[in-house]
Amino acid sequence: MMSTSEAYISGVGQSQVGIKLTRSPLLLTVDAIREALDEAGLTLGQIDGVSTYPGRVAAMPGFSPIGADELIDALGIRATWYAGGGEITSQLGAVVGAAAAVRTGQARHVICYRTVYEAAALARPEEYPVQRRERVDGNSQWFAPFNALSAATWTAQYAMRHVKRYGLTREQLAQIALTGRANAAVNPRALVREPLSMDEYLSARMISTPLCLYDCDRFTDASTVLIVSSGDALDEVACKPIRIAAMAGTVERLSWDQAEWMACYATGADLWKRTDYKPEDVDTAQLYDGFSFQAIAWLEALGFCGVGEGGKFIEGGQRIARVGELPLNTFGGQIGAGRLHGFGFAHEAVTQLRGNGGARQIQGDPRLAVCTSGGGPLATALLLARD
Amino acid sequence: MAAPRTLPRLDADNRFFWTGGAEGQLRLMRCQDCKTFIHPPRPVCRKCLSEHVLPEAVAGTGVIDTYTVNYQKWHPALEVPFVIARVAIDGAPGVYLTTNIVGCAVDQVDVGDRVRVKFEQQGDVYLPLFEKIG
Repeated sequence: MMSTSEAYISGVGQSQVGIKLTRSPLLLTVDAIREALDEAGLTLGQIDGVSTYPGRVAAMPGFSPIGADELIDALGIRATWYAGGGEITSQLGAVVGAAAAVRTGQARHVICYRTVYEAAALARPEEYPVQRRERVDGNSQWFAPFNALSAATWTAQYAMRHVKRYGLTREQLAQIALTGRANAAVNPRALVREPLSMDEYLSARMISTPLCLYDCDRFTDASTVLIVSSGDALDEVACKPIRIAAMAGTVERLSWDQAEWMACYATGADLWKRTDYKPEDVDTAQLYDGFSFQAIAWLEALGFCGVGEGGKFIEGGQRIARVGELPLNTFGGQIGAGRLHGFGFAHEAVTQLRGNGGARQIQGDPRLAVCTSGGGPLATALLLARD
Repeated sequence: MAAPRTLPRLDADNRFFWTGGAEGQLRLMRCQDCKTFIHPPRPVCRKCLSEHVLPEAVAGTGVIDTYTVNYQKWHPALEVPFVIARVAIDGAPGVYLTTNIVGCAVDQVDVGDRVRVKFEQQGDVYLPLFEKIG
């Protein structure tokens, strides 16, 4: 049943996904917007809101090259509501904001986007210079002096706790990468199209124990778009809208090392307090895997298994395969499909709920999907339903 | 030779922390009213909002809560492997420091190991690294 008090995803779109692309990040964003508008049956003139994470980041232009200000001006959008910033509960927090906006009448159709250009920026530093500082401040000062220079090293320490407390094995951890890469192989837009074997995984070089090379996503150039529409504007939408059935997000200790647990555990619990659906109702899960262990933590956090049981839950990979009881990251996740940075999970959830997955479409007429972003002190979860 | 490190910029809030090693002291900000330790340090208590906060020296020992052996050369000058750990600080409940465990082979480090601070001076900064006790 459609309700005016609800928020829906009316269209999704995605640009070419690659590394060292030469097409500009603005035009990649436009590519994704065109596709999303086409799917929703909307025109640009009907768009009155824009939401993004993290807005333009001048110090790291590859991380976020296109701010909402620039996009609105470039596309001639007249926005009655917009937001772009990094101080939200991770990437999909931009969708939460958009949903809140349409539910309170601030806008009718909001373009939510995440554009990444990290591989191209690394290859063309003269065009996309990273601002380097002689000394660090803020949260960085508690990590950089100890050469804990990447989120890989911070996530690895959470993963190591699971190794030591709960006996998480490399073979169990591998299932996130193996599953992602198997799915990416049948996703025409995935960054890595070759499957990964257990032998290849186990012989990969270590990045930061227990995470090896294949436990990490890698810099990608792409744009992903979701259009969030108000329940009272659905008569303008041409395709089957996907209802945002519940949303949750958390931040408490932003400094990664001061939190006892990753924020996803609180977010997962909150999500189920805001809906009558239960974890067992979920047909597919699209869970953040910038680093593989984060997806395991999300499986536990969302109650698909108990805390510490994530490794056993995915052992062998059958349960989370496309034909398994809980198909996981069916587009490849970030490890297989590329570092789309959070938005890829929502894009895929909608794609599966609409039956548009092509060769990777899961069986059984999926009607409920959960998607998440965030892997440390920030977490966001969306429950999406096809009514 | 000391490892290449990016140093913190010292300011009114953090100077006591990064220079305590000059006196051989690991110092943490503490609320003088409700006794909560405040880390990262700020001029207000995160529990009771008191501004009566002062740095206090702690014993400088702790327990490895978790760790990782880093193999990736995040920049060319980095010497790998090395251990990054999160140490629970004795006497300061709820405070963890991200640090390096030095003075032993990387495969000699485990969760639960007791460690003691060992400062490494680089310019005006005294980095609290940790080494195993005994």
